[in-house]
Amino acid sequence: MNIAMLPTVSGPHTHSTASVSSIMGNVILALLPATAFGVYLFGWPAFNLLIITLLTSVVGEAICLRIMHKPIWPFLGDGSAVVTGWLVALTLPPWAPWWIAVIGGLFAIVIGKQLFGGIGQNPFNPAMLARVMLLIAFPLEMTIWVNPHPLFSPNSPTFIEGLYITFWGVENIEAISSASLLGHLKTQLILGHTVPEILAASNYSPLDSLIGFTNGSFVETSGLLLLLGGLYLLARKIITWHIPFSMLATVILLATIFNEYNPDRYVNALFHVLNGGALLAAFFIATDLVTSPATSLGKIIFGIGCGAIEYIIRTWGSFPEGVGFAVLLMNALTPLIDHYLRPRIYGRTWSGQPLEDEK
Amino acid sequence: MTTDYKNIIKEGLWGNNTVLSQQLALCPTLAVTTTATNGLGMGLATTLVLVATGWIISMVRGVVTQEVRIPVFILLIATTVTVADMIINAFLHDLYKVLGLFIPLIVTNCVILGRAEAYASRQKVLPSMLDGLMMGLGFTAVLVVLGMIREIIGSGTLFANASLLLGQTFAFLELTVIPNYKGYLIMILPPGGFLVFGFLMAAKRLIDQELERRNSLVIPLKVIDVPA
Repeated sequence: MNIAMLPTVSGPHTHSTASVSSIMGNVILALLPATAFGVYLFGWPAFNLLIITLLTSVVGEAICLRIMHKPIWPFLGDGSAVVTGWLVALTLPPWAPWWIAVIGGLFAIVIGKQLFGGIGQNPFNPAMLARVMLLIAFPLEMTIWVNPHPLFSPNSPTFIEGLYITFWGVENIEAISSASLLGHLKTQLILGHTVPEILAASNYSPLDSLIGFTNGSFVETSGLLLLLGGLYLLARKIITWHIPFSMLATVILLATIFNEYNPDRYVNALFHVLNGGALLAAFFIATDLVTSPATSLGKIIFGIGCGAIEYIIRTWGSFPEGVGFAVLLMNALTPLIDHYLRPRIYGRTWSGQPLEDEK
Repeated sequence: MTTDYKNIIKEGLWGNNTVLSQQLALCPTLAVTTTATNGLGMGLATTLVLVATGWIISMVRGVVTQEVRIPVFILLIATTVTVADMIINAFLHDLYKVLGLFIPLIVTNCVILGRAEAYASRQKVLPSMLDGLMMGLGFTAVLVVLGMIREIIGSGTLFANASLLLGQTFAFLELTVIPNYKGYLIMILPPGGFLVFGFLMAAKRLIDQELERRNSLVIPLKVIDVPA
């Protein structure tokens, strides 16, 4: 056989089957249980919100690609815009009005991602950027946490009522909503109550927070399902253990130390992990491949930073929840971390000199 | 040596625009442009200072030696700004309450020292004053446009409090563009300033590209004309 006839194949000869679209598909799959539970818990308005955010993200992406003369379908088909839109929707208050979803989806894609050059170029996580922007721009709408209205239960809005809620709003929404547990804790602490008093008065049970029967943003309520999704991503090797582990461990460690020091002022670690966006951020947002460091040690430092900033903002800051700010601040440090923690180049010493020939 | 006044005007207003091209004076640009009126007031105050310092510095340029020029320039600028500060406090007191903090800071506005260094210290009095005026007007124009965009998106009004700056005759400028607007707070906050500023810079580049494309369409025709 003539060797020259064989097709020339250049290296690498072994490669993983991972592609952007398969990674994004797996992320969506991992988010599905928690999302489905969110839709069940908060009814049709939450579903509308998810659809609106997804649509605006995808349309925004298509328009940007068009303006920049890039091929539309290959970039749209990789699913990254869908994941970004999905994550934005999941961090919104479930009964937020439609324009919150539209502004959030567009901001994440247009400002957060495409302005920096599209997929792989954005220094900040687009979904968190949109969420923090919305929180700062619309502090009122973004902190109305509606109480659970499970689908098929008598007080759940019908599909038509759901459309009405999303597009026209609800009269007296304050009557059917309450502060999130984190926010409630913060205001009550300022009023001088102690942690055990507050938790007893607000019917807090760790089990409810674990399963998710509390109020909160769309998907962050169910710790269990988020954990399940996160473990799935770990098992599929989409993410590594470094960031979720170091982030949650930091929160747990800090919370335990301060809780031991003064249990009346500092709430325990379980509360911190199960409430707010800690689990969602640890598994799905901080682990964003584009905006987190590349090396294992870098990821651990990144996770510790996220966890520490989150705990600091929650405990001493003016916002009840600080996950979004924590992730964005550490995103800003990612290039620095990567600069100082470069791995050794194969065949070279740490200083970049070629290895001596051993004879 | 003849001075190309037309070029000074063109460069000051557009080609070498303080904010959009030199990217100087970003601090006041982003800080005060929460409304168009604030932008206009800040722009006019800076223009006043620019013309005055252009005049003074151009006059002393023969006396000041190379080694001490920076302290001397800063001293002259600081004096001029203090005078402007007192004038605004005396005659436009309501505006002063809004812009108060930022007016003394015109001293540190890099465009003033920048023009003193780059232009007034080497040129005659009249071109220096014209340069100051045009740079100042270019600065004012950007500040007003930036302020208008941020004000409309951020709070749904346009030229709010304009009568404080320009007197009651200009009260008609005060518009409510979007009635019952809840406000888009981020546009009033610093991030909104950066966002709009970025889009304005991009717009200037687009326009420049378009102008260049049009000019390049004209040139070949001239080349063909010459040998004929």
